[in-house]
Amino acid sequence: MSYEFDFADVFAAWPELLQGLLNSLVLSALAMAIGMVVSVAGALGKTSGPKWLVRIIDEYIELIRNTPFLIQIFMIYFGLPSLGLKFSSNGAALLALVVNVGAYGIEIIRAGIESIQKGQIEAGKSLGMRPLQIFRYIILKPAIQAIYPSLTSQFILLMLNTSVCSAIAASELTAVAGDIQSRTFRSFEVYFIVTCMYLGLSVFFWSVFAGIERAFLRKPTR
Amino acid sequence: MRTLGSGDIIYIIMAVRWTLLLSLVAFLGGALGGALVALARTGEYKWLRVASAGYIKVFQGTPLLMQLFLAFFVPGLFGWSVDPWTAAALGLSLHASAFLGEIWRGALEVVPRGQWEAATSLGLRYWPKMVLVLAPQAVRIAIPPTIGFLVQLIKGTSLASIIGFVELTRAAQIINNATFRPFTIFALVALMYYVICRPLSAYSKRMEQKLLVAAR
Repeated sequence: MSYEFDFADVFAAWPELLQGLLNSLVLSALAMAIGMVVSVAGALGKTSGPKWLVRIIDEYIELIRNTPFLIQIFMIYFGLPSLGLKFSSNGAALLALVVNVGAYGIEIIRAGIESIQKGQIEAGKSLGMRPLQIFRYIILKPAIQAIYPSLTSQFILLMLNTSVCSAIAASELTAVAGDIQSRTFRSFEVYFIVTCMYLGLSVFFWSVFAGIERAFLRKPTR
Repeated sequence: MRTLGSGDIIYIIMAVRWTLLLSLVAFLGGALGGALVALARTGEYKWLRVASAGYIKVFQGTPLLMQLFLAFFVPGLFGWSVDPWTAAALGLSLHASAFLGEIWRGALEVVPRGQWEAATSLGLRYWPKMVLVLAPQAVRIAIPPTIGFLVQLIKGTSLASIIGFVELTRAAQIINNATFRPFTIFALVALMYYVICRPLSAYSKRMEQKLLVAAR
């Protein structure tokens, strides 16, 4: 192996990399928050809406799940302006992430809603639980327990997906890596460091989510 | 700039063969690697279990796009320059190995422990036990999530366009740069991915429901 590693230029760009990391995190958090609103609305529409609405939501879910995220971004960033809808690259990235995560979130939230059983609520009432207690212990907690694992892994997938937003030059970590690479020509070093940064983020969120689950969402053992 | 002609449309439609070929190569490579990862993950040797678990975590915890970039640049460190096709096939195969390995590990572990013990007490060695007793039972459980992952993989091949491999997405970009009809072109490409992926998704879902009914 005759290659000489040179990480100096990459490490020198640490303020840029840190800013990119922060931007990726903000983009992920915003997309997840707005995506959850879409998901809850979609899940309510799917479980209790009229038939035509259910069909529209189903088609939206299938369309998004069966096309690449990259094409969805291109459609929003390059395609929609010809219909008069123009977005900045960051705006388009956020919108594409929301539209994408919504299609997965709706099914997760719907599973949570359907995990609540009517008989359990009646059992709570007959035990003399107050409405607030019923909501907290019989509706909310089991529903959150049911959706928590899928929802948290969806967040990590979303965070990793933000790297694709570099294709439309949104300001996030992968785009920063591209900038540094074109300036220093240290391709391997840049992408290696940035890959480690993404891995660090994933490991961080995996442990935080597992910690929260252990502390608050433990299921009673029989 | 020129207008979008029928030749352009045909060029885009024909590029789908590269998407399909890349998906096929990555899936076969991933199946081979995935089988090794699943066996290592469920095997007797602790260091193999730890190493394969680490391999899976690294690929599940980093973006596919980064994996493709590294597949493009890492061989260069050893003095091999790879073309975008090789880098994409390599990166996607390694990616698929991790995900299929994890799916198949899960399927192997669902097979009741007693089956393994019964096979051992019949005097079967590791490979006959694996091939004749465990794998046939695990395959049934593994099919729906494997097809589900194949859909992810086909969609993932679109990222090969970013490292310069001309498949469906890159072909669309090339034609769009010349004709600038983004809405029509990307809608067409989205439709093509949809036509490939939708039947697979539907099949995976149907098989999964069948298994759920059978398990009741």
